[in-house]
Formats: sequence, structure tokens, C-alpha cells
Amino acid sequence: MMRRTFWGERMGKHVLLIEDEPNIIEAISFLLQQDGWKVSTHSDSSGAVDAVLNIGPDLVILDVMLPGRSGFDVLQDLRRASQTEKLPILMLTAKGQARDRAEAMSLGASHFMTKPFSNRDMLAAVRELAT
Amino acid sequence: MLSFNILILVATLYVCFLFAVAFMADRRARRGRLGWLRSPVVYTLSLSIYTTAWTFYGAVGSAVRNGLEFLAIYLGPTLVFVGWWWFLRKLVRIGRTHRITSIADLLSSRYGKSAFLAVIVTMLAVFASTPYIALQLQSVALSFSVFAEASGGEGGPSLNTTALWVAAGLALFTILFGTRTLDSNEQHHGVVTAIAVEAVVKLVALLTVGAFVVWGVASGPADILERIAAADISVKSASGSRWVTLMVLSAAAIVCLPRMFQVTVVENSDERHLATASWAFPLYLFLMSLFVLPIAVMGLAEMPAGSNPDLYVLTLPIFHDQEALAMLAFLGGFSSATSMVIVAAIALATMVSNHVVMPVWLYFSHTSVKLSGDVRNVLMVSRRISIAAILALGYGYFRFTGGSGALASIGLIAFTGVAQVLPALLGGLFWRGATRRGAVASLLAGAFLWAYTLFLPSFEGSWLMPLSVIEHGAFGLDYLRPRALFGAAESDPLVHALIWSLGVNALIFVTVSLLTFPAPLERTQGLQFVNVFQHSSGRGAPASMAVASDDLLILAQRIVGSETAVALFRAAAREQGKSGGMPDPTREFVERLERELAGTVGAATAHAMVGQLTGGATVSVEDLLAVAEETAQIMEHSVQLEAQSRELSRTARELQRANEKLTALSIQKDSFLSQISHELRTPMTSIRSFAEILRESDDLSPEQAKRYSSIILEESIRLTRLLDEILDLSVLESKQVVMKTESGNLSAIIDRAILAATVAATPDGKRPLLIERDQSAEDMSIVCDLDRLAQVFINLISNARKYCDAEEPALRIKASRDKTMTVVDFIDNGTGIAEQHRDIVFEKFSRLTDASAAGSAGLGLAISREIMRNLGGSIELLRSSSGVAFRVAFPTAQPSAANSL
Repeated sequence: MMRRTFWGERMGKHVLLIEDEPNIIEAISFLLQQDGWKVSTHSDSSGAVDAVLNIGPDLVILDVMLPGRSGFDVLQDLRRASQTEKLPILMLTAKGQARDRAEAMSLGASHFMTKPFSNRDMLAAVRELAT
Repeated sequence: MLSFNILILVATLYVCFLFAVAFMADRRARRGRLGWLRSPVVYTLSLSIYTTAWTFYGAVGSAVRNGLEFLAIYLGPTLVFVGWWWFLRKLVRIGRTHRITSIADLLSSRYGKSAFLAVIVTMLAVFASTPYIALQLQSVALSFSVFAEASGGEGGPSLNTTALWVAAGLALFTILFGTRTLDSNEQHHGVVTAIAVEAVVKLVALLTVGAFVVWGVASGPADILERIAAADISVKSASGSRWVTLMVLSAAAIVCLPRMFQVTVVENSDERHLATASWAFPLYLFLMSLFVLPIAVMGLAEMPAGSNPDLYVLTLPIFHDQEALAMLAFLGGFSSATSMVIVAAIALATMVSNHVVMPVWLYFSHTSVKLSGDVRNVLMVSRRISIAAILALGYGYFRFTGGSGALASIGLIAFTGVAQVLPALLGGLFWRGATRRGAVASLLAGAFLWAYTLFLPSFEGSWLMPLSVIEHGAFGLDYLRPRALFGAAESDPLVHALIWSLGVNALIFVTVSLLTFPAPLERTQGLQFVNVFQHSSGRGAPASMAVASDDLLILAQRIVGSETAVALFRAAAREQGKSGGMPDPTREFVERLERELAGTVGAATAHAMVGQLTGGATVSVEDLLAVAEETAQIMEHSVQLEAQSRELSRTARELQRANEKLTALSIQKDSFLSQISHELRTPMTSIRSFAEILRESDDLSPEQAKRYSSIILEESIRLTRLLDEILDLSVLESKQVVMKTESGNLSAIIDRAILAATVAATPDGKRPLLIERDQSAEDMSIVCDLDRLAQVFINLISNARKYCDAEEPALRIKASRDKTMTVVDFIDNGTGIAEQHRDIVFEKFSRLTDASAAGSAGLGLAISREIMRNLGGSIELLRSSSGVAFRVAFPTAQPSAANSL
């Protein structure tokens, strides 16, 4: 379990990244911190919901392909909990099939992005969702 | 004395009475109220036509001339009815089953519906019966003349005129009641009833005359017995051979005479009547013969010499001035004569019109009237003309012979003639091997011999057979003398004729039958006739009467279903004007029902089923064959349908399996593509992201820039390796890969694999893997694709390096071999693989642990499995007490195979 916290300059707005690929974690963290976001990471599905509840982020970036339970399950749990019912959640997936997008949206994802993504799109999405 | 005119009046009234009886009976029968008309008593009485005027008058004459010989004529039928009732039953059953109309029809039908045979029998019957009919005319004419003489008037008509009037009257009566309807079973209830009445009249007449003679003329039975014993009648006993001949003849006659066949078989309405007749008819004959001897004895004693003993029955009462009694006796004789003539005329006319006139007419009428109602008219007319012609023939014969000859001898000639039918008849009923040719040959031979030895000589010299022939033989050849063929010394011409004609007849019948083969139709008919009791029921009622509508309804419901059947019955009941749903089982209704059922089960089956119920129509072999054929067709059809449906369901199953396979393949493909997409996109994401960062962030430290560049490099290598693996796997799976065959040393291959697997740096935080091996055991030569084998080893060793979670990770490599397989085990000392994951370790992309730790796509074991499969070996996960244990096995190098390479 890896949890690192980076401090940025965006008025303390907090993004929680739930992702298992170390290199991708590093890339997204760097990108968001550079843009002034406070970034926390969580690298597997177990305890992901607890992490969200504990940290209380303004935005969650959630990978679909996690070891153990899938990102969809985590999303479902978050939407059922009252505290995170309306929390902006950005889903990331490397599969990129239309079916995954439809499932994500039906389960209540706020936004859906396919890997690989352009940094500009990622930042735009985060900015829009978290403010 | 009684005036002749009164006699004429009484006779006319009697005839009118008979007309009335016949008319009433016919009407009752037509209305379906047969009642007592169908009683066994009427049946038995109708059989009494056996006792014609010949027996009524002639028996006394015979007793006077030949003593007790007349009894033989009664004993023959008695023996048949008492001892051979089962034969009569068979005859009646066949007659009813096959709707036989005459004895000619019976033989024709039995021998394959041979028209020729029917013509022979018909001709024989006509020739034999004509003198007999003439005899009856003569007896009636004689009795009239007796009265005419007695009344002293010379004004009485001549014998010829009387005979003509009688013949005309009988023709009228017979045409009226014998051809009123053309019922298929040829039953004439009116005629039969009238005959039954006549039978009573003649019995009563003879008994009354007898009683008068015993108690009126003589002084009681004791006196009569004394007189009989004293008379020379008792000593006139005929020879044994003549007795036997007479009994055989009369026994044959009761079956073969056309008129006897008519009343016994054709007019029989219920087989069970035979049971009554089997004792009642002999009783009737007994009563008829009871007073023959007393009358004969008293006649001899009382009557003046020279008076005709054939007429004692009539002349004795007249002699004693018993007018009423004489009248009764006259009516008795009249009844005997007329009843015989009527039935004989009907029987002969049926035969002549059915077997001679109709075929000729049909042959000459080329139009299609065969199917129209015209046939009925033609048949009716031909029947009437035949009756008239037969009586005319009888009258002609009477005129031709001049009324000469003793009554009895004419009767016996006729008997011998019809007896020629006997061999073919008996053979037809009891011997399946009897053939048409046999029957034809035997009948022709028998008829010829009868005519030559008995019939033609009976004229005592005529243009038909001159006296010279009778005395010296044909063509002057002595051994051809008609009454002593081949010098046969038999004084009695009757015995001689019977032995020759019937003997040769039977011999030819058997011989020809044995030498010829029956045609198929003959065979079928023969089978049905001989085994008639096996496929017919003895129920006597006509088809329309015997069956209950309920039974028919049940049958119909089973076949066409309840609703249809009920509707059908309702409609029929409405048409018959009956309330409720049950129609009467009339013939029309039964036939219609049969047609309806035929639509469902086929005509033959429907006929057989309805026939079973009605009992009138029986199930014949033909029916059964037809049923079998229909059943076979239906079976074949259903077998085809079944085969088709099996074929269809098999195709459906195959399609379903193919579909499932395709679906599974499609799902596999989707899942594989989805996996590959994920595995490719993940490194791409890092590469793209860091590349953008490197390009767009100006304030990166050199360390950061260097680190990000190396991540990009690392991910590109991972990407390349992944692509290589996917390609490798797809080639291996498609089995298009060609494995090299080379020889090497196992130990060297393991060396190479260890080197390759450990060249990369040990992952962070892990101790280096300790490898234990026994190199002496590994020292064996192997033959296979060495590079591929090494690839498998490398995969297993690097997996152990990556995943072995022991404190001091160690891998033991153990090699061994037997004749067929070489085995290399790789056992580490980690915690092993959880039970639930054992099945999926060889599946593609089945990384069990964190991807980052593995640093690969999870294709390694899948590729290894494909390689070993291609090498003809295997790789499996062993159950081990500690750690992960893989076993690699491949075929041991065969020395010969190795040398050949």
C-alpha cells in the first residue's frame, strides 16, 4: 500500500489518485502538483473507499483495472455512501472500449478518460471537475 | 265323387293362399320385422323341399317295387345332418361370408372366381334338374288325371294341358316372388315362408293318409305289422352295393342339389338354425317315411291289380270315398311338387343369369353401363326369362319323354348328375391344394361319364343315344358299352354309373390338383374357404342389424376424434328423423361411416374394423393384407419422418454447439483484445505523459529529466517485449511454428537458461535466488528445439526470481528420465500458489500478483505451455509440500532417431 502526499498551490484543493502502475502514478502526480493541486495516491482497490472517506478529497481519479476488485466496484461503493454520493470522480481505463465508458457513466462516473491521455486533457478535466 | 271343378277351385284357392303368405312374408321382411320368419323352424321346414313329389308319391311306389330301398333316400340326408352338421356349418359360413348366391358361384369363387367353372356347374345343374322338374309336372298332371278319372268325366283336360297350366302358374309365382328384389344375398323370405307352409301341408297330408290307412282301412298298428311281415316287400331287399350307392347319392344330393343349396346355404339367415335343423330335419324325414310301408302294403292288398303304386297315396282315399282326405293328399303332393319347382327354378335362374346371361350381355355391351343402374334391370329381366325358360325346358322334357318312366329312377339320375360336383366341393372346402384345373377336369369328366352311362341311356334309345350304342357300345366297341364300361360286370346301371363317374371324377380331381399349381387368387380364396372359421364370425344377422350404434360411435370416436364422430352421428340421426344423437345402424349409415373412417385409417382398415363390429362382413385375408400394406406405408412414412426429425435435431444440436463455440471464441477474442489493449496502453500512457512533460516543462532539473527519459525507455522496452510475446504466442498457438530438431546436452541448456534469467539486476529489496542442481544427473543428451526449451527454462527461473517470497529464495532443478520421457522439475521454497489459482496460472495475462512486481504481461507460462505442447511434451504445476513446483517433460531422445539426424 503506497500513500504519498504532495503539496501544490491550488488553494489546498485535494485530488486522490487510485492507480496501480507506479510510472503512471508518478506522471499524474507530477502533472497535477505542477498545476497546484494537492495529490494523494492509493494503489489498490482494497481500502480505496476508506482512503476516500479518510482523506475527503475534492476529486478522485480512479483506474478501472486495479488488482483485486475493479475500479467499477469501488465507484459503486462510493456512489452508495452518502458522503461521496456527489463527489467528482474521474474514471481512467486502459481498455478504452465503448462498453466500459457506458458502464462507468451508468454507475455515476463524473468523467471518463482513456489511457494514454494527453496531459492537457487530463488537467482540463481535473480543473473542470474539482472547481 | 268329388267333381273335377271343385278340385280346380281348391287348387286355385290353395295357390292364392300361398301367394298371400308369400306376399305378407315379403312385406314383413322388407319392413325389417322378420320375427318368426327367421325362426329355425321355418328354416327346417324349408329344407323339406328335399321331399318332392318323388318322395311324397314315389316312396310308396318304390316300397312296392324294391322293398325297403326307399329308406336309403332318407338315411343319406339324415346322416349328413346328424353326423356332418359341421360340414354344413362350414358351407353355410362360407356362403354367408362370401355372399355366395348358388353352388356354381361357390365353386367359381373357391377356384379363383373362374367363370368357366361356373358355366360348367350351371350347365350340369340345368341338365340334371330339367328331368326332375319334368317329374314334378308329371306328378301334378297325373294326380289331376286321377281325379278326372275318378269323377268319371271325360271333359278333364289332357295330361299335357294340365302340365302346361301348372308350369305356367309356377313360372308366374316364381317370377313374382323369386325376383321381387335383387338383394345381394339373394334371400327370398316370401318364397321360403310359402314353402314352409307347403312343408306342413304335405307332412300333415301324408300323416293323415297314413293314419287313415292304419286305423281306417286296416285295424290298427298290430294288423299292419302282421301284413307287412306277410307281404313280400320285406324280402325284396336290395343289394348292399345299391344301398350304399343310394345313401351316398342322397347324401351328396342334400348338399349338391341346386335347390338344396339354395335353401340350406343361400336362404340361411342364421348359422345357429343349423343346430335345430340337424335334429328337426331328420325327424321330419322320419315322419314322412313312417307310413310309407303301411300305405304300400294296404295299397297292394286293396287296390285292383295294375293300378300305379306311385299314386297309392292319392288313390287309396279315393278308393274308400274319402273325398276330403283325397283332397288333402292331392294338396300334399301338389305342395311337394310346386315347392321343389319354385326353389329349383329360382336357384337355376340365379345361376343361369349370373354365370351365363350376364357375362354374355356384358361382353356384347361395350358401353359403360356396367356402372349404371342398367345392370339391375338387365339382371332382373334375365332372371325372369331364365325362370320361364327353365320351366319351359322342364315342360319340354315332360313332353319329349311322354311322361314315361318311373318317378324314382328319374330322381336318381338327377341325383347322380349333381353328385359330380361333390369332389370339387369337398376338396374346395377342406383341401387348400385343390386347383381350378383339377375342378374343371373332374367336373367335365364326371359330367361326361354321367351322361354316357346314365343320363343318355335312360331314354332307352333315342336320337341322342341309339339302342345300338346302349347294347353294343359306341362305335360298336364292346368295352364302351354305357352300362358295362370296360366290361365292368355290374347288373345295376345306377351303381355302375356312380362308381365310374364319381370314381373317375375324384381321381382326376386329385391327380390334376396335385399336378397343377393354384393361381394367386385361387390360393387366397382357397385359404379363406378352407380356414373360413378362422376369419369370420358366425353371427347370423345381416350387417345392418347386428351392430349397436354405441359400438360404432366408440369406434368412430377412437378413429376420428370425439367431436367429429358425435357430429357425424347427429347428422345421420337427423337425416333418419330421429331425435337424440343416435342413428339406426342402417346399411346406408354403416357404409357412410366406413367411408368416413376410411379417410382416416384407409379403406381396408375401416372395412375390417366396421366389419368386426357388424359381424356381417368378416375380415378376409385380402382385408388383412390390405391392412398390413396400409400399416406398412404408414410405418414407412413415420420412419422417414422420424429420421428427418432426428436429422433436424442433430443439425440443430450441431449448430448450437458451433454457435456456443463461436460465442466462446468471440468472447475469448474480445477478452484477449481487451487484455492486449490494456497491456499495450499502460506503458504507452507513461511514455506519452512523460514525453509531454519533458517537452513542455522548462523547469525540470537534469535529474528529473534523466529519470523521466529512463522511464520512457524502460516502458518502451516493456512494450517491445510484450509485442514479441504476443506474436510468439500467436505463432505457437496457430501451430504454424516449425520446431527445430537438434541434439545437445541438457546440462548445457540449463546453464544457458540460468545465465539468461539472472542477467538482469535482482529486483529491489530481494535477495538473489540460490539455484541448486545436480549436474551429473543433468548430463544427458537430448534431441529437441534447444532454443525453445531454453526459453521455457528461462521463464521458469525468472518467475522464481520474481515471485519466490522466501527469506532466502532458492530454486532446486532436478532432472531425470526414463525410456520415453525426460523430466526436469523446478521447485522453489516460497509459499506456493493458492489452490484457487492453480487452474489459471497457464492462462494468458494471468498475473497473480502485483503487475509492477512482475513487470511482464503474464504471457510467460502460456507461451511455455504452447512450446512444450509443440515439442510433444508438457509443463504442469505439481502439488508440492513447499513452494512452487513446475515439471517440464519432453520425449527422451531415441538413439536411432538421434543417429538418423
